[in-house]
Amino acid sequence: MTQDAHRHDHHGPVQLKDGVVPYLMRWITTTNHKDLGTLYLLFSVFMFMVGGLMSLVIRAELWGPGLQYVNPEFFNQMTTLHALVMIFGGVMPAFVGLANWMVPMMIGCSDLALPRVNNWGFWILPFAFTLLLSTLFLPGGGPAGGWTMYPPLVLQTGNAFPFLIFAVHLMGISSITGAINVAVTILNMRAPGMTLLKMPLFAWTWLVTAYLLIATMPVLAGAVTMLLTDKYFGTRFFSAAGGGDPVLFQHVFWFFGHPEVYILILPAFGVVSTILPTFARKPLFGYDSMVYAVASIAFLSFIVWAHHMFTVGMPLAGELFFMFATMLIAVPTGVKVFNWVATLWRGSLTFETPMLFALAFVFLFTIGGFSGLMLAIAPADFQYHDTYFVVAHFHYVLVPGAVFAIIAAVYYWIPKWTGVRYNETLGQLHFWLSAVFINLTFFPQHFAGLAGMQRRVPDYAIAFTDFNVWSSVGAFGFFVAQFLMLYNFARCVWFRQGRPRVPARVWEGAHGLEWTVPSPPPYHTFEIPPRVPETEVTATHDDVDPLTHVKQHA
Amino acid sequence: MVKWKQGSRWVCGIGLIFSGAALGAAYDPGHWNMPVGVTDISREVFARHMLIFWVCVAIGVVVFGFMFYSVFAHRRSRHPRPAHFHESTTVEIIWTIIPFVILVIMAIPAAGTLIKMEDARNSELSVKITGYQWKWHYDYVDQGVNFFSTLHADSNRARQLNSGIDPRSVPNYLLEVDHRLVLPVGKKIRFLLTANDVIHAWWVPDLAVKKDAVPGFINELWTRIERPGLYRGVCAELCGRDHGFMPIVVEAVEPDVFEKWLAAKKTGQDLPVGRGSAAGTQVAAADPVSAAPKEKPVPSVAVPAVKPADLSKDELMKQGENVYNTLCGACHQATGQGLPPTFPALVGSKIVNGPAEAHIRHTLKGKNLMPPFAHLSDADIAAALTYERNAWGHDAGIVQPAAVAAARK
Repeated sequence: MTQDAHRHDHHGPVQLKDGVVPYLMRWITTTNHKDLGTLYLLFSVFMFMVGGLMSLVIRAELWGPGLQYVNPEFFNQMTTLHALVMIFGGVMPAFVGLANWMVPMMIGCSDLALPRVNNWGFWILPFAFTLLLSTLFLPGGGPAGGWTMYPPLVLQTGNAFPFLIFAVHLMGISSITGAINVAVTILNMRAPGMTLLKMPLFAWTWLVTAYLLIATMPVLAGAVTMLLTDKYFGTRFFSAAGGGDPVLFQHVFWFFGHPEVYILILPAFGVVSTILPTFARKPLFGYDSMVYAVASIAFLSFIVWAHHMFTVGMPLAGELFFMFATMLIAVPTGVKVFNWVATLWRGSLTFETPMLFALAFVFLFTIGGFSGLMLAIAPADFQYHDTYFVVAHFHYVLVPGAVFAIIAAVYYWIPKWTGVRYNETLGQLHFWLSAVFINLTFFPQHFAGLAGMQRRVPDYAIAFTDFNVWSSVGAFGFFVAQFLMLYNFARCVWFRQGRPRVPARVWEGAHGLEWTVPSPPPYHTFEIPPRVPETEVTATHDDVDPLTHVKQHA
Repeated sequence: MVKWKQGSRWVCGIGLIFSGAALGAAYDPGHWNMPVGVTDISREVFARHMLIFWVCVAIGVVVFGFMFYSVFAHRRSRHPRPAHFHESTTVEIIWTIIPFVILVIMAIPAAGTLIKMEDARNSELSVKITGYQWKWHYDYVDQGVNFFSTLHADSNRARQLNSGIDPRSVPNYLLEVDHRLVLPVGKKIRFLLTANDVIHAWWVPDLAVKKDAVPGFINELWTRIERPGLYRGVCAELCGRDHGFMPIVVEAVEPDVFEKWLAAKKTGQDLPVGRGSAAGTQVAAADPVSAAPKEKPVPSVAVPAVKPADLSKDELMKQGENVYNTLCGACHQATGQGLPPTFPALVGSKIVNGPAEAHIRHTLKGKNLMPPFAHLSDADIAAALTYERNAWGHDAGIVQPAAVAAARK
């Protein structure tokens, strides 16, 4: 303890007791990966709440047929902003936050390679979202053309239009800085002995994600810049009257947009591949094939974009190509799911909260994968396209998929970050409420879509009423249940006094360098690169008893 | 480490399964699944849909079966010593190849269906469909018949914010139009799809056709309807505030009935052709075509052949309010306040309160985002403009149908 205090005098962060202004300045000027990880995660929690409230406006209006609370214009603003806030403000910053915290501790380096860029990348975000959300207070309101921003509709946006474009530019810059930082760190700063194929899968999936971001964010920036010049500077990229083509935008957008969905899910794969082995007390099955599967998915993600546009009127050859390529993605994705199940097989399983969320991920993400496979069948997609079936599909992969993985990751690592345990009973309760309500929210939407309810409408025919009532009940229940999690995490972060501290290795089955440092870790970890013990690498340790280190500790 | 409340866990799980089953029992399967539809193609599409669905179910049973067995049998209390195995190239190859083979088996019939769907050759009738914000325009290109189709007035009244009308009391709420697309059964019909303003998508589930209507481009799709009947659909691509309020109703009739309807339509008459014509203007029709022409819905679409007579201000205002709320109110709002800056307010507007000629010209020709409304009858335009010029405290005089007729020349 005295040693800790001693360290703080020299290297430790400024605390609140040192004064409010210095404390605030610490967070504004910090270049520490742990501080920035915390900031990213707090920002993402705030954005999840904002986006969640928007979804509640949507679900309240859809509770019954007829318009009860909002006019269609505002409804469309809510669907548009809900998507942008959740994708760019919720899920992406959450994964960047996890990467900030965990990648250096997993690969044994002291910080990210570009700490100042890291600070900049984060502090762009509050400004980007202030710009975006301020449009709600403009005359004419916020953008209402959908997060996909298809012209010519998006060009009808009023004063909100330039705000939307510049906010998207800023989000893109932030993502690119984060991606470059993670890629450079992973490629250059691994501890000696941490070869690429010994890295934890979370680092691997983030490395691949970083490349996806670097490759696609500039494409999005280009697309929205073309929108901007079409609107204000007389270009006609997307107007047939001037020799352009509105569908061109969709091609460019989805060339970004499809890799983007893997940007949202690959780090989740990494999280689940970390958590399952810990609580199965058995190494990840097929580490190498997991890495190759991630790489294959990333490659395929660049050649399937037009499956978002099967109804746009493509030539037959194009439709056939994109159908086949899309179906192909099921192969590496299937390999991942099979490997996860094989990891569980004949393990010794316990079901702490992170494990429950990870298991739910495998189950529910796979259901989202099945509906994805159905959507790949182009002739059937003509019936599914732009209906609630699609809404159900992508929410299954994004909420019980990506978001459950984020929640699992925080439950898994928060004892490491804070040095105290979360309340397990509350965690379990939170899991079961979330699991029940999320299925109640999104499962009926499959039926609504198949029965003919189209997306992005504030009102619907009477036949769809019951599906929508269930959905709305589920959405409100899910939202309320999340306060259990917030309370649980807040207890770990702010109310730690007098509670028992956890050991360095919080979970007995966990492997990895992050479990070799104290909990909470010192402000600067691995200032001297560690020697990487064989027992800590994720990959092959054939001759090592998986519980060796437990015995050593005992 | 963690005390397990085994009991409550299983109760939760079983509860989940039962609640799922309860949802299943409460519902008529017809409303749960994709419609089988009434065309060759729609049945094929349904078959592809069900095949891939059952394949997914089968894979799910196997994968989740292993997973849940493992969760049950390999939990620590039953299986305290974990195994060590963590790789097998053979297994990886097997579970790469098997899904691949399944996918190839899925892909072949899907490709076959797709090729059929894209073959619009040898059609017997062509209908050009144009999407507008927020209505459809149908043009029987070789027959010289065309008209707009908008949300039915009853639905339109009920769907206003806090309208006070229970949507359940409106027949076919949001799925009824003023003028249906009448098509003959048994004929290969080609649709040429485009849009006037933004991208829309024309979708009728029973025909298994959905395609985007892209401004400046023409997309082609086709159908051959087998059974007479009413087939309802919607716009499937977000197209602005009233995207949810531009339904499609296809009325499929026998070819001879269709020919009679077409002939009547050419002379400006709007014949109801059969069962369940537009809600609210119900016509009992044993022999539909010989039935009396139904009460003219508002707004009427056909240009009247007779010279318009002068109407009283009250008549104009009454009809005008209807036309305004059906067509103009979508953008300019029932209050006349519009939604600035996209849709300007009419209250206090210079055009509305200025000379009638400019106001008429503006309406006939359109401006910026506002489409031309020249397809409306002189009486409807005159009524709507009179309403605009005298509602909301305006006092800018009335417009007679004759003035509109004059402005057309």
